[in-house]
Amino acid sequence: MNHLDGNVLAGPGMGLFAFDPTTTQCQCQSCADIATLGQAMVYGQPMGFVARCRYCDNVLVVIVEHAGQKSLNMRGLRWLRVGDEARNDRISAGD
Amino acid sequence: MSRRTNAWLTGSLARAHPLTASARSITFAVPGWPGNDPGHHVDVRLTAPDGYQVVRSYSIASTGTGEEIELAIDRLPDGEVSPFLVDDLELGDTVELRGPLGGWFVWRPEQTQPVQLIAGGSGVVPFIAMTRAHASAGNSIPMQLLYSLRAPCDAFFRDELSQPSATAPTTWHYTRTVPPGWSRSAGRLTVKDLKSETLPPEQVPLTYICGPTGFVETVSRALISLGHAADNIRTERFGGI
Ligand SMILES: Cc1cc2nc3c(=O)[nH]c(=O)nc-3n(C[C@H](O)[C@H](O)[C@H](O)COP(=O)(O)OP(=O)(O)OC[C@H]3O[C@@H](n4cnc5c(N)ncnc54)[C@H](O)[C@@H]3O)c2cc1C
Ligand SMILES: [Zn+2]
Repeated sequence: MNHLDGNVLAGPGMGLFAFDPTTTQCQCQSCADIATLGQAMVYGQPMGFVARCRYCDNVLVVIVEHAGQKSLNMRGLRWLRVGDEARNDRISAGD
Repeated sequence: MSRRTNAWLTGSLARAHPLTASARSITFAVPGWPGNDPGHHVDVRLTAPDGYQVVRSYSIASTGTGEEIELAIDRLPDGEVSPFLVDDLELGDTVELRGPLGGWFVWRPEQTQPVQLIAGGSGVVPFIAMTRAHASAGNSIPMQLLYSLRAPCDAFFRDELSQPSATAPTTWHYTRTVPPGWSRSAGRLTVKDLKSETLPPEQVPLTYICGPTGFVETVSRALISLGHAADNIRTERFGGI
């Protein structure tokens, strides 16, 4: 229990990607589930964020922010698909 | 592309008012804020004089393109950050903010699915932004809110949610204390309550659930048992048990 949703990775993920990673689809290396990263289960703070597969608990992504540095590990993902959904991070007024 | 930078913006407290005995609405003026959609959150960073930093996420109650954002914070008595934001932050004080964040939990007026919102406690905050956007867009897509709270005095934004101009009706549910004359007894939301008080699976609603982790967990499981597809349920867990 006590976990958060993949959505909370949007802040730590800022600057690591050219898009909002939480609105992209990805596939779990372990059980092949395809989900939006925002649907993952995230165990957070204080060391960093660990995102696990909603079905099989496999560790999908780890982001650690510390002392002005970020490290990213995506070992549990088979792929991450950046489609039109990544435009979701834009506000309607457009930029 | 300014939104994809790593930059923390500075927000200074412009307005504040109590919402309940334990919660406060705080509005920051944030030069450079690009605006946000309803459902977006922001990360708030505080730095102590010795350099120690803490970051917490908060949903945004306001919506649109202005350079001000309204947050609504509930004080956890033994919390590190929330008591400071509720009790100690004064007008003109500054915090660092990054956002808007989290497109997955956003609702956009151009979406066509009927919308069911289900809030537990402070989990109503992103839904305030959604109902505000729904009303101001004059949107005709059905949207309704089920708001579960301990007692009547714990309601955030009750007047606003009950206004005649509110286009998204609110169903109130009390878990510990009910108002005088209330027809139902206090108790946690059950599968039966959810069945009678939310849009049914046949209408294929997009359901957003927000609140403490345990609440979100229980409600999303119940909705799936009622026949809603997992991919039509979006969740925002606030943490806690
Ligand atoms: C995306 C997102 C949006 C959020 N939006 C809001 C919001 O709009 N308004 C708001 O008030 N909070 C919101 N939260 C919760 C917020 O981020 C903090 O967790 C909360 O303010 C507690 O921080 P703290 O430093 O005071 O407590 P901490 O020092 O972090 O925790 C103190 C104790 O409380 C427990 N705890 C932590 N979080 C919670 C919780 N949410 N409920 C119950 N117990 C908890 C901890 O396990 C710990 O035992 C949001 C969280 C997320 C992930
Ligand atoms: Zn998996």
